[in-house]
Amino acid sequence: MTATAPADARHPGHDPHVLGRHGGGHPPPAPGSDGGPASKRIIVGYGFWLFLLSDIIMFSAIFAAYAVLQGATAGGPDGRRLFSLSNAAIETGCLLLSSFTCGLASIAATAKNQLWTQIALLVTGLLGFAFLSLELHEFADMVAKGAGPQRSAFLSAFFALVGCHGLHVSVGLLWLGTMMAQFYAKGFRADILRRMLCFSLFWHALDIIWVAILTIVYLMGAGR
Amino acid sequence: MLGKLTWAAIPLDQPIPMAASALMIVAILGLLAWVFLKGYFPYLWKEWITSVDHKRIGVMYVLLACVMLLRGFTDAIMMRSQLALATAGAPGYLPPEHYDQVFSAHGTIMIFFVAMTFMIGLMNFVVPLQLGVRDVAFPTLNSVSFWLTASGVLLVNMSLVVGEFARTGWLAYPPLSELKFSPGVGVDYYLWALQISGVGTLLSGVNLATTILKMRTKGMTYTRMPIFCWTALASNLLIIAAFPILTATFAMLLLDRYLGFHFFTNEAGGNPMMYINLIWAWGHPEVYILILPAFGVFSEVISTFSGKPLFGYRSMIAATMVICLLSFVVWLHHFFTMGAGADVNGFFGVMTMIIAVPTGVKVFNWLFTLYGGRVRFTTPLLWSLAFMVTFVIGGMTGVLMAVPPADFVLHNSLFLVAHFHNVVIGGVLFGAFAGYTYWFPKAFGFTLDETLGKWACGCWVAGFYVAFMPLYALGLMGMTRRMQHTDNPDWTPMLLLAGVGALIILCGIGFQIAQLVVSIRTRDRRRDLYGDPWDGRSLEWATSSPPPSFNFAVMPDVEGEEAYWGVKQKAIQNQTLVDEPDYQPIEMPKNNPTGVVTAFFATVMGFAMIWHIWWMVILGAVGAFATFVVFAWRDVTEDEIPVEEVARIDRERRRTRLEALPTLRRPA
Amino acid sequence: MSEPAHHPHDDTAPGDDHEVDVAAGVRGYLIGLAIAALLTVASFWAVGTHLIWGPGVGVALAVLAIAQMGVHLVFFLHITTGPDNTNNTLALAFGVLIVALVVGGSLWIMANLNHNMLPMPQMTDLHTQR
Repeated sequence: MTATAPADARHPGHDPHVLGRHGGGHPPPAPGSDGGPASKRIIVGYGFWLFLLSDIIMFSAIFAAYAVLQGATAGGPDGRRLFSLSNAAIETGCLLLSSFTCGLASIAATAKNQLWTQIALLVTGLLGFAFLSLELHEFADMVAKGAGPQRSAFLSAFFALVGCHGLHVSVGLLWLGTMMAQFYAKGFRADILRRMLCFSLFWHALDIIWVAILTIVYLMGAGR
Repeated sequence: MLGKLTWAAIPLDQPIPMAASALMIVAILGLLAWVFLKGYFPYLWKEWITSVDHKRIGVMYVLLACVMLLRGFTDAIMMRSQLALATAGAPGYLPPEHYDQVFSAHGTIMIFFVAMTFMIGLMNFVVPLQLGVRDVAFPTLNSVSFWLTASGVLLVNMSLVVGEFARTGWLAYPPLSELKFSPGVGVDYYLWALQISGVGTLLSGVNLATTILKMRTKGMTYTRMPIFCWTALASNLLIIAAFPILTATFAMLLLDRYLGFHFFTNEAGGNPMMYINLIWAWGHPEVYILILPAFGVFSEVISTFSGKPLFGYRSMIAATMVICLLSFVVWLHHFFTMGAGADVNGFFGVMTMIIAVPTGVKVFNWLFTLYGGRVRFTTPLLWSLAFMVTFVIGGMTGVLMAVPPADFVLHNSLFLVAHFHNVVIGGVLFGAFAGYTYWFPKAFGFTLDETLGKWACGCWVAGFYVAFMPLYALGLMGMTRRMQHTDNPDWTPMLLLAGVGALIILCGIGFQIAQLVVSIRTRDRRRDLYGDPWDGRSLEWATSSPPPSFNFAVMPDVEGEEAYWGVKQKAIQNQTLVDEPDYQPIEMPKNNPTGVVTAFFATVMGFAMIWHIWWMVILGAVGAFATFVVFAWRDVTEDEIPVEEVARIDRERRRTRLEALPTLRRPA
Repeated sequence: MSEPAHHPHDDTAPGDDHEVDVAAGVRGYLIGLAIAALLTVASFWAVGTHLIWGPGVGVALAVLAIAQMGVHLVFFLHITTGPDNTNNTLALAFGVLIVALVVGGSLWIMANLNHNMLPMPQMTDLHTQR
């Protein structure tokens, strides 16, 4: 039997259930749809991508509700009165930068550099925390002014939409912490690198959703 | 300490829920006692509860569906008997508050926990086998999905014992489902049960779609996949697309109920119509999620028992994918009467009629498959024939109601009720039963008794028509749905007839239970000796019955459409099998309790949310996160099956096949 | 026996980059960051400026947002239109279609319904306020 290349993500197409992790007798067939199952990295990445798309569809349902209920202020305050564009700008900056540092973390992880991976992930997390605290502050302010989610349908939709995004960021931070711990404790094993792939997909997608929120809620709501 | 939960939550003053709860608790305790006393628990835990094997998970899904069918059908019998008794002014025996819970539970259970569960179970079991691979893309996630569904089932059934169920119908429209008009825990039970099981279903959708798109055996291009895998793909893409909408909409209703938001309230600018719009944007794709796998089952069954390849394979694929896409542009037909203008109603009416066209293509393809074939009238084929007639009738009444002016008369009447039972029972349920009978030998190693199966089919079909055709008439006579009693004496004969129909269906279910019991008792007479009891055409029939955990010792190399048929014909012709393959050790994912433990914490969280026990919610959340971390921290995730074991198992399979070869007919 | 045939359609996982060295990788992310930042600034400017005709601001914002999402997809998520990314792009297209149907359909339907039904303040008068 010919020796095979060490099984890694760059050799898609071999049976993930064959002793492929340590190399071993069976030559991998050609990859792609007629070459057998794809590699584990592709399967995991694609599956997570599908999940992410479903998450975006969930956001779109809440967006639809927001769009419909935008005008339902029930005599209460509307976006023009409430939204601070400067606050939104800082939040956007934090999240965009954190996407960038997350990308750096992906590169560091692929290069198997523990120090830079941890630093980049830490900075990503801190920027995420900054985003969240700004957002929580904004929410608290609004509630204090009597513009909480119970005031009107518009405000319900606002809090739900922006809050759902914030919830996703919070879960992302929990995940981030777990990734940092895993890299530290177990190094750059293939399965942990796959999780990093999923995490970075998740984090970037959150920024994409924020672009939509920024545009539709804040800029279109507060401007003009 | 315990939120809203008090002893008063147990309905001691209501005899019917008490009796039902008592029955349920006795049955569960009896079953648990039997399992523990006979020492089955270690086996069950190791081999089934913690299993990540798609075959085991598929079987558990189907089992869950069958059990819930009994519960849902009991609700149906209660409704039919109440209506048969409470005619022409008589009161019946079910008070309205209870009747409302019964029809809400009936719909919720039948759609979410019978139909969905059955279809997902069949897809889980069959798809990896048909694709020639060892398991789905994410085996542990598969286990999590199943157990989250079971968690939803548990919560719905708990509402019988502690508290109450929703009284809002199976879709819980606001403002009735808002806190103001439903202050009890019923709607909360409904919402949390479905949110939890909805997550399970979504994850299942991702799992199966990824499996079909990224994991097929060598040589199996998209156009060589069995048609069941195509319909499974379409169905799972719809799950991924539609279920998030359900999650979002229920989340918004939960926010209204728990935190005083105003999405769907009457006050402060809320818009209840928005709920109906969103819920049906999920609801319509949902029924296609249910019917597409059933279509796949029929394609497989009809092809196998006609002894011919499916007619028009490519047009079937096209029709399936067209249905998949179109199912997302018809949802308004569920609320034509809500007040949209003629242009909106007209658009959706036309789209609804168009979606009947690809379905018609499918029906013709099935008919042309049967035509000219050597048809064997086995039970699965009888279910398929019953389906074709019944579903077409139901489809036609659907197209009738797709005309908005007609719908203005018929919306929410019994005509509607008859229509959707016509398509769901005739389509989804008959498909489930056909698939169950067809793949039972593959799962368990012996066939089901044919005679009892045919009696069951006959009773179900006869019972269905006797129960539901009167409902069409009643709808046209003006009876609306969800009525607890009726006053019009003209309706009485129809209501009585419908009650009789339900009893005939009960006989059908009795035959099915008898079939299972008798088949198990006499299984040695009906052993599936080498794994191909029906002269099948796709890869699952190349394995032994039941297949080993790894499905295929060596993943097959597919060379044409109907991956197994060509190989089989060659073997019969040459009276020999292909050479023994080069066996390798096989790594399979380890069974692990992540699924059942996650679901445990999810159930805890759901129950705590329902009863406002906030500390328990936090505990449940922490537990769920901890479970995730423990799972992620594993170092050893796979078991290796040594090459001698693989060889032994496969050689046994080859031996049985070699033995059977001389008995198989040579092709003409 | 044989060596792995190198299929022209080596699929890529979404989010994955082909073998790329550190410098090129960082450069890609930097470019993405720069363009995205630029588009963000442009969006804020579009809201405040008087140079764009009022009703056109919404369109400008939408275009800028879509452009920024594209930048994210290409530079951060590495979703391209290459043959190795076909499945990933198809899935994205499907998702976008569903989003368009849900949001667009809901807006059309709800606008139609709201137009035809009683205006909300009038409806609330008919119910007792909490």
